[in-house]
Amino acid sequence: MKRKTMKFGHKAISLAVAAALGFTACGVAQAQMSGSEVKIGFITDLSGVYSDIDGQGGVEAIKMAIADFGGSVNGKKIELLTADHQNKADIASNRAREWFDQQGVSLLIGGTNSGTNLSMAKVAAEKKKPYIAIGGGTARLTNEDCTPYTIHYAYDTVALAKGTGSAVVKQGGKSWFFLTADYAFGASLESDTARVVKAEGGTVLGDVKHPLSASDFSSFLLQAQASKAQILGLANAGGDTVNSIKAANEFGITKTMKLAGLLMFINDVHALTLNLTHGMYLTDGWYWDQNEETRKWARRYFDKMKKMPSSLQAADYSATTQYLMAVKATGTDDPDKIMAYLKKTKINDMFAKNGYVRADGSMIHEMYLMQVKEQSESKYPWDYYKVVQAIPGEQAFTTKAETKCSLWK
Amino acid sequence: MEIFGIPLQALLSQLLLGLVNGSFYAMLSLGLAVIFGLLNVINFAHGALYMMGAFFAWMGLTYFGLGYWEMLLLGPLVVGLFGIIIERTMLRWLYKLDHLYGLLLTFGITLIVEGVFRSIYGVSGQPYSVPDALAGATDLGFMILPNYRAWVVFASLAVCLATWFVIEKTKLGAYLRAGTENPKLVEAFGINVPLMVTLTYGFGVALAGFAGVLAAPVIQVSPLMGSNLIIVVFAVVVIGGMGSIMGSIVTGLGLGVIEGLTRVFYPQASATVVFIVMAIVLLIRPAGLFGKEK
Repeated sequence: MKRKTMKFGHKAISLAVAAALGFTACGVAQAQMSGSEVKIGFITDLSGVYSDIDGQGGVEAIKMAIADFGGSVNGKKIELLTADHQNKADIASNRAREWFDQQGVSLLIGGTNSGTNLSMAKVAAEKKKPYIAIGGGTARLTNEDCTPYTIHYAYDTVALAKGTGSAVVKQGGKSWFFLTADYAFGASLESDTARVVKAEGGTVLGDVKHPLSASDFSSFLLQAQASKAQILGLANAGGDTVNSIKAANEFGITKTMKLAGLLMFINDVHALTLNLTHGMYLTDGWYWDQNEETRKWARRYFDKMKKMPSSLQAADYSATTQYLMAVKATGTDDPDKIMAYLKKTKINDMFAKNGYVRADGSMIHEMYLMQVKEQSESKYPWDYYKVVQAIPGEQAFTTKAETKCSLWK
Repeated sequence: MEIFGIPLQALLSQLLLGLVNGSFYAMLSLGLAVIFGLLNVINFAHGALYMMGAFFAWMGLTYFGLGYWEMLLLGPLVVGLFGIIIERTMLRWLYKLDHLYGLLLTFGITLIVEGVFRSIYGVSGQPYSVPDALAGATDLGFMILPNYRAWVVFASLAVCLATWFVIEKTKLGAYLRAGTENPKLVEAFGINVPLMVTLTYGFGVALAGFAGVLAAPVIQVSPLMGSNLIIVVFAVVVIGGMGSIMGSIVTGLGLGVIEGLTRVFYPQASATVVFIVMAIVLLIRPAGLFGKEK
């Protein structure tokens, strides 16, 4: 009887000890990691006009980042949630809110479309959760609408304008005419570029605004041609850019004017072929064929998607990796600690060299002015660009004198 | 010489470009009008079928080495065949129901077809170049018109007028019209009305396929090309009067021209002007410009 009690006593003690140990372990973990999993949310255009430059390819890139990280961080499984915002700002913000409130998402990544990015950034700031904008171009994200929780990672309209605008003027393209998509993004891309062109000593002879997803561009292009400008700046995106370039070739406009794509991705060049795009200037933050590191990653991506990645897809991979590294290094997913870590740590990976996140949330990294190759120069599939000039990040993005962001005054 | 501050040259060239776009509107709205007139079906899948036509042109070239001219013939045939399958297997069960059901079915088909093409080919689209025989451009004095655009106007006018002639002026057309008025009676004369209806639907969508092949060299062949156009084309049909053959041809061309002029005077409104015209027409003549009040 006594022996039995003794045994019971042992058992009870060991149980108690185990429970106490377990409890402390649990308590420590809870203080550092907020949930049983690390949830990353990715909201982008998965089915509409911008789904080629990011979309499913972006999802794949983030999955690659998670897999390369080993699938877990600090002992917690990493889970990816994805959603299609259908280019509607309200869908994006509602989904973001739901994920923060109910799913416990600890990082939100915003794909393409400026409007949806602005609305998601607002929700993330309200919930005090890290938000990394990748595909949206608008510089407002880190300017008048900057928040302590937004990081704008891949590019913005200011960097595109400074890259392409100033480079083309320097190459002798002094007089400009703009073909502009008639919505917020087109207007800001045009005005940002026009400012740079004038600052470099060029002139703007006029513009024509076309409706989004216009069915025909020939009428607008004839007006552009009548202006006798040297450069036709395409302040539009996606299918509109593709169709305006196609019509410009058909109407012989490329013989009298040079085209400058103000927002073009490698997918657009691939869709149009070099035949229609050769000689064009564009600015981008990354190109798959830059060096051994980019090529290595791009080939892995190619094996999965059967196309080469755009700069946005590469940025999706890089941003996810940087976030996970921050969680590992700080041992927590606490938003403020993560943001502080990301803002003080240099970013060095296949996407950016010596990149850093500034107080206004801009990820400052080199941008590249590219020229689309002639057909004779292209030696293998997807061999499309030559890098004309690397633009240092400090020159490419908004400067301290220009910023309206209160966090960086 | 200037009109309202716009040089005459610019005006003329915009008129001509408007006519080119109008040709597409005419061909597409004609197909819709034929289908609505004879089957009472609002064929929302028209845009998707137009897109398929363009994709078939591209596929023919890429996978089978078939050139533009072969596909101009084959493309509409394949699209027509696809339409016949839709009609035989799905659409025919809905004739007795409200128009709305046909619209919903064809809308669903649109989403499926577009979705399939999007998931296979992405949204950036595929390039298709102008056939060699029509490459180059002609200097008209006031503008340089690519030969291919001139061909579009010619081909679409020829097809539209031929369709109008067959339906309004031949015995076959008379059967068709009679069959839709009173199918029982026409069947009593030994005419196979269901077959006629099937073929009519096939023909209507083949027109969309034809327009698609014609469009392939002009705009990027993309899964979204149909949905960008279809709403405008529906507005054209409403303006012309549902079911009116000649009405849809004339309004198609006319609205192309109006749109072209808007692009000169106030480019931002060029996507809206068709709908403004539609609103005005509906207020004044609810049955459309060429429609008959019932």
